[in-house]
Amino acid sequence: MLRRRVIACLDVAGGRVVKGTRFVDLTDEGDPADLAARYAAAGADELVLLDISAAPEARSTLLGLVERTASRVFVPLTVGGGVRAVDEMRAVLRAGADKVALNTAAVAEPTLVARCAARFGRQAVVVAIDARRLPEHGVGWQVVVRGGRTPTSLQAVKWAEQAVELGAGELLVTSIDRDGTRSGYDVELLAAISRRVGVPVIASGGAAGPEHMVAAIRDGGADAVLAASMFHRGSHTIGEVKRALAAAGLPIRLPVEGAA
Amino acid sequence: MRVRAGIVDHGAGNVRSVEHALRWVGAEPVLVARPAELVDVDLLVMPGVGSAAPAMARLRRRGLVGPVRAWLAADRPYLGICLGLQLLFEGSDEDGAATFGVLSGRTQQLRDAPTLPHVGWNQVVRRRAHPLFDGLAADADFYFVHSYAGGPRAEATELVLAETTHGATFVSAVGRGNTWGVQFHPERSADNGLRLLANAVALAARAMGVSGPGAAEASA
Repeated sequence: MLRRRVIACLDVAGGRVVKGTRFVDLTDEGDPADLAARYAAAGADELVLLDISAAPEARSTLLGLVERTASRVFVPLTVGGGVRAVDEMRAVLRAGADKVALNTAAVAEPTLVARCAARFGRQAVVVAIDARRLPEHGVGWQVVVRGGRTPTSLQAVKWAEQAVELGAGELLVTSIDRDGTRSGYDVELLAAISRRVGVPVIASGGAAGPEHMVAAIRDGGADAVLAASMFHRGSHTIGEVKRALAAAGLPIRLPVEGAA
Repeated sequence: MRVRAGIVDHGAGNVRSVEHALRWVGAEPVLVARPAELVDVDLLVMPGVGSAAPAMARLRRRGLVGPVRAWLAADRPYLGICLGLQLLFEGSDEDGAATFGVLSGRTQQLRDAPTLPHVGWNQVVRRRAHPLFDGLAADADFYFVHSYAGGPRAEATELVLAETTHGATFVSAVGRGNTWGVQFHPERSADNGLRLLANAVALAARAMGVSGPGAAEASA
């Protein structure tokens, strides 16, 4: 039976791991390759490296980091941030990534999703959707881009469906309202999207404890749960999360380390 | 002398991670993009994600279709990963491509799958004992990323080493002689995957009569 995945996310800028609250106020949390290896050893089912600086001059730094990480970490690696073209995706895959997450560039140019999927297969294309609950009447969510700073006219659930039609093999759904707040994932957002698409949905934004992960999967229909600062700060380990998922009757990859 | 693992570079993705993982288990990985680069290769590794037609087209452009076919016909050690397994069958329903056809059967879309692609860790349930799985649990978890799977014909079930369930049950590992194929990604399956690659390297060492790392030492 397919396992629910626990994914450790490393937000990187200038070759270092950072994690901000609501995408600002960044604090330095260490070397990405070291941290990635540590998470893989601790049982992370997958790793995501998000380059939140995404400055053009930082590309070679990012590719070097991907290469260093992939040379010693043997779990799937998704890389996001600043990929705007098929050739750029190719470079990231060749550096050792398994998948690329497209966000702002996909919103700006939706055919990029289709072109990348045609070239590398849809399994290599993750569309990352940053969503914010609409303030009026509380109905629906809008897509925001550029690290959550710029609102768009896109409705998040519709964009999710469109992204899958274009060729997304997975959706990484981040609630910008919840990101960094430690108040739990936006389970309603996850449920609204996972009900409408047939590809795996990764929950992101707001996790502070294993109970939030259980809710994202059980109530939100997520296939995978992602967290960054919760793991960086050590408030909960990957093993704890997996034991909580198992206790809730959800299938996880065994064995879980640190089970003592 | 280390086992030289030739990784066929047909342009579809993840040669780098396969290279890193093979080096990790003690093999000497080399990239194969031209027939001349098959010289001195002990184990041919065909990686790949995506669909068969572009991969076959690139293999053809690089003059590798004939040499790979000859390699398989000579029963030299071959490990197909994901697409590399699918290419062993006669053809793919994904895009109609004709593939190597050394195993009887076709690549077909996963049936009754709750999500496609099938992405994530799933159990690989052994159907018969095989040294490729030495030291691994009979239902060990491996990482999958695919929507199609190579399926042997009903009369060719002796090829089936393992099966996995995602919706319907599909064949997740095959073997005949020194031709092996896995639908999952050992290079992305943490310790289990490294163990399987070490086993493949050890089998190749035995087949080629070169001294290679034993599976146990390589995966320690």
